[in-house]
Amino acid sequence: MKKELNIMERIAEASKAITTGVDKKDVEHWVEVHIMGKAYKVPADLTILTAIEYAGYRFVRSCGCRQGHCGACATIYRIKGDYKLQCNLACQTRVEDGMELVQIPFTPAPRAFYDILKEDYVVNVFFKFYPEVARCVSCNTCTKACPQDLEVMDYIQAAIRGDFESMADKSFDCIQCGMCAIRCPAEIIQYHVAQLGRRMYGHYGEFEPEHLKKRIEEINEGKFEKDLDELTSLSRKELEKLYAERIREKE
Amino acid sequence: MAEIKYIGGYPEHFRKYIDIVSRTRMKRKDYTPPAMNKEEQQEALKNHPDYAPGGKRKISIGQNKGDIAPIEVADLLEAYPVITPDEIDLKKADYSVDLMVIGGGLAGTTACIWANKKGIDKNKILLVNKLRHGDANSIMAEGGTQVADRKEDSLRAHYLDIMGGGHFANKPDVVRALVSDAPLIMEWLHELGVIFDREENGDFAEKFAGGLSRKRLHYCRDYTGLEEFRVIRDDFRNRQISYIEHSPVIELLTDGEKVTGAVLYNLETGEYSIVEAKTTIMATGGFGRLHIRGFPTTNHYGATADGIILSYRVGAKLRDTDTVQYHPTGAAYPVQIVGYLLTEKLRSAGAQPVNKDGEAFVYPLEPRDVEASAIIRECYVENKSITTPTGLRGVWLDTPMIEVKNGEGYIKKNFPGMNRLYERNNIDMAKDPVLIFPTLHYQNGGVETDPWGHTNIDGLWVAGEIMGGVHGKNRLMGNSTLDTMVFGRRTGISTAEYIKSGKKQGKLTLEHLPKYIKMIKEAGIKTNRKAPILLPEYRGKAALARMIDIF
Ligand SMILES: Cc1cc2nc3c(=O)[nH]c(=O)nc-3n(C[C@H](O)[C@H](O)[C@H](O)COP(=O)(O)OP(=O)(O)OC[C@H]3O[C@@H](n4cnc5c(N)ncnc54)[C@H](O)[C@@H]3O)c2cc1C
Ligand code: SF4
Ligand code: SF4
Repeated sequence: MKKELNIMERIAEASKAITTGVDKKDVEHWVEVHIMGKAYKVPADLTILTAIEYAGYRFVRSCGCRQGHCGACATIYRIKGDYKLQCNLACQTRVEDGMELVQIPFTPAPRAFYDILKEDYVVNVFFKFYPEVARCVSCNTCTKACPQDLEVMDYIQAAIRGDFESMADKSFDCIQCGMCAIRCPAEIIQYHVAQLGRRMYGHYGEFEPEHLKKRIEEINEGKFEKDLDELTSLSRKELEKLYAERIREKE
Repeated sequence: MAEIKYIGGYPEHFRKYIDIVSRTRMKRKDYTPPAMNKEEQQEALKNHPDYAPGGKRKISIGQNKGDIAPIEVADLLEAYPVITPDEIDLKKADYSVDLMVIGGGLAGTTACIWANKKGIDKNKILLVNKLRHGDANSIMAEGGTQVADRKEDSLRAHYLDIMGGGHFANKPDVVRALVSDAPLIMEWLHELGVIFDREENGDFAEKFAGGLSRKRLHYCRDYTGLEEFRVIRDDFRNRQISYIEHSPVIELLTDGEKVTGAVLYNLETGEYSIVEAKTTIMATGGFGRLHIRGFPTTNHYGATADGIILSYRVGAKLRDTDTVQYHPTGAAYPVQIVGYLLTEKLRSAGAQPVNKDGEAFVYPLEPRDVEASAIIRECYVENKSITTPTGLRGVWLDTPMIEVKNGEGYIKKNFPGMNRLYERNNIDMAKDPVLIFPTLHYQNGGVETDPWGHTNIDGLWVAGEIMGGVHGKNRLMGNSTLDTMVFGRRTGISTAEYIKSGKKQGKLTLEHLPKYIKMIKEAGIKTNRKAPILLPEYRGKAALARMIDIF
């Protein structure tokens, strides 16, 4: 007789495709994808990333956070019957029947060296470190390539205008995957330009955090030392009591 | 089986349940279930993977013998090394440095920068990465970083929140360091140019999070870790500090007592190399990819507890290994995003957990363990959950409530990452709720340290998620990105001082391995397990079954 599973075992059982790799016998729907030209039959609800694993590959590259934040798994592909070359993240894109794909394991993209504290908050900073921005032909290829759907061309144009705020805002969700730079006919490395611009904006363009400065002064004056001396010497019971008596600030 | 029909990203048959959530929304708008009292919390916790029977055992060898740990962790502690001393030539080091930092997340990268700021030459620092520099939990942090900087707030309040959240098991001196340095870290980040969300008047925007008595959470949209990390990495690059990628550390070296270097393994060529270092900072992060108790995880691909295992082998003491943090709100649908983190800030902004009948059944900002327990209870004891096509259970997180409370467009503006995640799966989270279930999130315990991140072993420091003591038995949101930078900075400063005090490089040996192996054998442990595992195994079972090794 089959042993009845407890709650934890039921959770583990229901999650096992995700935690241990997919078992063929649990799969209902299939598609065929071509990984670097070789055809593989893979479960239809996998991402490109998990489909490559299903096919038998073990990643030592091109796989990082697995959640769309790190940009390691940039992938280019074409769908059957569509001439367009698409760029996306393998961990965020579901496989489709007839997909032909390859991952881009690395982007050759040298960066400039700078010290933002020594630079002036003016448009020139972009031309100084990345003079090639001036070559942008406004073709919008970068925007089309961006898996984060950012207006990449617009942020490059904002840089050229010296509009730090807009460049920071428009490029903020960039995960530095490199797809835009690989496609750009003007050989601009957009995400490096954006990194420089955002740091300049964060440092020079944002308000000075006054209450933070005040708090640091208080710390330097030793204002909290007595409190902390007391708290760190309390017994568990005493701490529990103080904790229970805390008053939560109003929303 | 017939193809499933989807409407707005959900299977058609989900629609009737989604309608219940929509219909009850206005009724729930001004209602929040009361927070649980201590007894109710205890009752709920019975359904928590950490409290439910099973899943853990005693560690049977080494300095923490007798302590409780998840089985998956204890198994790796009681495993054989991946190398034997006779196959490694230690005569000549390939890299000779003052400071080796292992793992380039927020903690490791920060440590390198501060050692460099304190006078250690960029060429005498080496940052070693298993994957790319930045393929790490750090870059994934969504919610924010806690810093007590408003006048309504204080270090005292921050301290108390941490201790209570950690069930009072935290190590007081490291908690003190954490709260005291937090404002300094914030100032450093501002100077580097990290862009935090602001109020209209220019003040930092600050929010509540589970277990906080003050609004203290600073954030960068829902890409906090990404923004903090890429700026810090940019500074690291500008300093031209040396680093290596795709070459994990597979063993530490000692002179018999002190840590003196490490063996690296090039994942692509299979070649090993030797580092000699006067000081070592272990900053390898957590263990989510061990899938404790079979749970999906939020963690990055390389979160496999390597640092804990290697530190333990050279004698470093661990603490609070008995608890694991499960994030209450992981994605439960669709299957390709199961386990993904849905930041707690969604709940801070008004999203409620709601059951199948459209009832808000739990105070949305309980401490994480309590919140997770309540959700598991609703799914598996009360049976008021939705079952997905792949057999997972979940309850709703009523995200459209966020826009009811904060106005239209709020989600897209404030949660671009979340919104993008669902949009890619054809779900509009501003219109429809999303399905959630707890997911394995954070390693609460770890290697014990003093307030400068120094371990009980000479030459070895640790920083970041690998540390134990800061968060006691349960971490609060926003305190771990903080601890990575506080202790990254502290270990960087502390190692720099140690180096400058004129310490000599010790000799390189693997003497500790035979001793460790003897311990395993003497304890009667029958196993051929090896560790560190470096990466999890997700290859398809069918492909694996037919793999052969012929050259
Ligand atoms: C999805 C998610 C969301 C989060 N949200 C928040 C939040 O909102 N607020 C908050 O405070 N915290 C949050 N956290 C927690 C926080 O991000 C992490 O605890 C913290 O960033 C860990 O930093 P770290 O530097 O210690 O480790 P990591 O950032 O994980 O870096 C460790 C690095 O070491 C590498 N490594 C591992 N083993 C080896 C080896 N053998 N050799 C060489 N390198 C190795 C890893 O690959 C990795 O690059 C979140 C975590 C996750 C996963
Ligand atoms: S802007 Fe470029 S580097 Fe950034 S996410 Fe888009 S394509 Fe990737
Ligand atoms: S691809 Fe290059 S040239 Fe074209 S718009 Fe983008 S930055 Fe300009």
